[in-house]
Amino acid sequence: MKKHVMDLSVTENTSLNANYFLLKLTSAQKLPDMLPGQFVEIKVEGSPNTFLRRPISINNYIAETNELWLLVQKVGDGTRTLGKLQAGDTLNLVFPLGNSFTTPENASKSVVLVGGGVGTAPMLFWGKYLKERGITPNFLLGARSEADLLQLDEFRKYGNVYTTTEDGSHGEKGYVTQHSILQNQQFDHIYTCGPKPMMVAVAKYAKAKDISCEVSLENTMACGFGVCLCCVENTVNGHVCVCTEGPVFNIKDLQWQI
Amino acid sequence: MADLSVKIGQLELKNPVMTASGTFGFGEEFSDFFDLSRLGGYIVKGTTLAPRQGNAYPRMAETPAGMLNAVGLQNKGVHYFADEIYPRLKDIDSNLIVNVSGSTIEDYVACTEKVAELDKVSGIELNISCPNVKQGGMAFGTCACSAADVVKAVRKVYPKTLIVKLSPNVTDITEIARAAEAEGADSVSLINTLLGMAIDADKRRPVLSTVTGGLSGPCVKPIALRMVWQTARAVKIPVIGLGGIMNWRDAVEFLLAGATAVQLGTANFIDPEVTIKVIDGLNEYLNKNGYKSVNEIIGALEI
Repeated sequence: MKKHVMDLSVTENTSLNANYFLLKLTSAQKLPDMLPGQFVEIKVEGSPNTFLRRPISINNYIAETNELWLLVQKVGDGTRTLGKLQAGDTLNLVFPLGNSFTTPENASKSVVLVGGGVGTAPMLFWGKYLKERGITPNFLLGARSEADLLQLDEFRKYGNVYTTTEDGSHGEKGYVTQHSILQNQQFDHIYTCGPKPMMVAVAKYAKAKDISCEVSLENTMACGFGVCLCCVENTVNGHVCVCTEGPVFNIKDLQWQI
Repeated sequence: MADLSVKIGQLELKNPVMTASGTFGFGEEFSDFFDLSRLGGYIVKGTTLAPRQGNAYPRMAETPAGMLNAVGLQNKGVHYFADEIYPRLKDIDSNLIVNVSGSTIEDYVACTEKVAELDKVSGIELNISCPNVKQGGMAFGTCACSAADVVKAVRKVYPKTLIVKLSPNVTDITEIARAAEAEGADSVSLINTLLGMAIDADKRRPVLSTVTGGLSGPCVKPIALRMVWQTARAVKIPVIGLGGIMNWRDAVEFLLAGATAVQLGTANFIDPEVTIKVIDGLNEYLNKNGYKSVNEIIGALEI
């Protein structure tokens, strides 16, 4: 897909809780096509400690209305600066970057999308995309507590939502891999994004059950389009860039100890 | 429009703006953003005789005005370049320069000989300054004797333009530049990255898998500018300046310091169109100040 550098307008910046905010962006120009799993690189202005762009996964995209949503976690100075953006501000984006999740060939296949923390962000767009293609996804969302579970009403528009929290304040208590839906229901495909220990646990579960599994990685990157070679992941094909060969990988291609 | 053309060895550059190796892939990655033929030259990623996996992840650490990298010359080798990449690049109307690296003099020579077979490659940039490989690389570039040895050996087998990329991690960069010039280098490019380090205070561990890495970006610009100025006064061959150039004004500063051309590196990561903005900005600067040719400002620093 052709990559673009564009200035987009912030139309809304909604604080979801102390740590997360949702940016709604649009442009006078037609936005390029985007696929679930892809990401953007944002130039951060006004943060003296932020030199590089920030890679942020695409949370939602509506071609008809020319709108793009980015769910951002405040991690450091760069993302905290982005959190202060207001409607009318402009953001410079390089996008769309990376590959995308693989759509099951057969619409009757059962799928579960497992997200944790900010890793739930790409799952909304992916779930919507699947729903539009006749597959009702199951979302399994994990967080430390209820306050960290984001966009539940949005997820419910596209599929069945199951939650786990570590403190038991919402859904089942524990980790996503302990959720009864994984224990009791058969799935053909698992897609996951979140903290690496969570993805490794999901990958182990999928491998043990012989279920196809794709993970979305977020290795530290500088450029986002395959020239700095910083974000490499070790795969069966050697070191490959997460920004171009990923961020979505099938677990059978990774050199993970699972 | 001012005349932007400059000459480096046998190279005729339509403008003095080039891209730095290791920051521009094979160029194709930028073809969505602009027409590569607008560049004076583009230097493709470091190429070695045999494929290299590079260093383990993590390879990058951000600093307030730059970044550290520890890529370690990951590449698929010169034969892959010749067979798979070169056919796609050879018809781009710009100067294609291959950055060549090695662990031994024999490696450098063999890799150069393979590049020499490729007609449309305009020149090579000999990398004797990579800080991220255990053997070779910077080891050749930190001693005038070993720099001279590798340049001499490569010069014997390479008749086209030979640029030698110098390390700033030395006491006196002009000594190395003079050694390269004496052995027949057509040009020197400087600076490669500065050896640096980043520590994660929470984990009490180095950020990079290799502990140390190469520092680049605006934070190195004053050092690069000083070394370019010193080197341009010490050698007769053209100097190519790089190190933290982020915009056309930075590029003008390097030209005033004595650089005949400039390379943009880390800036490509932040703005993929930066090289074109620098070419346009440079042209505007020359016109505004009444210069007919970019050559009028090269080394024109008033002290």
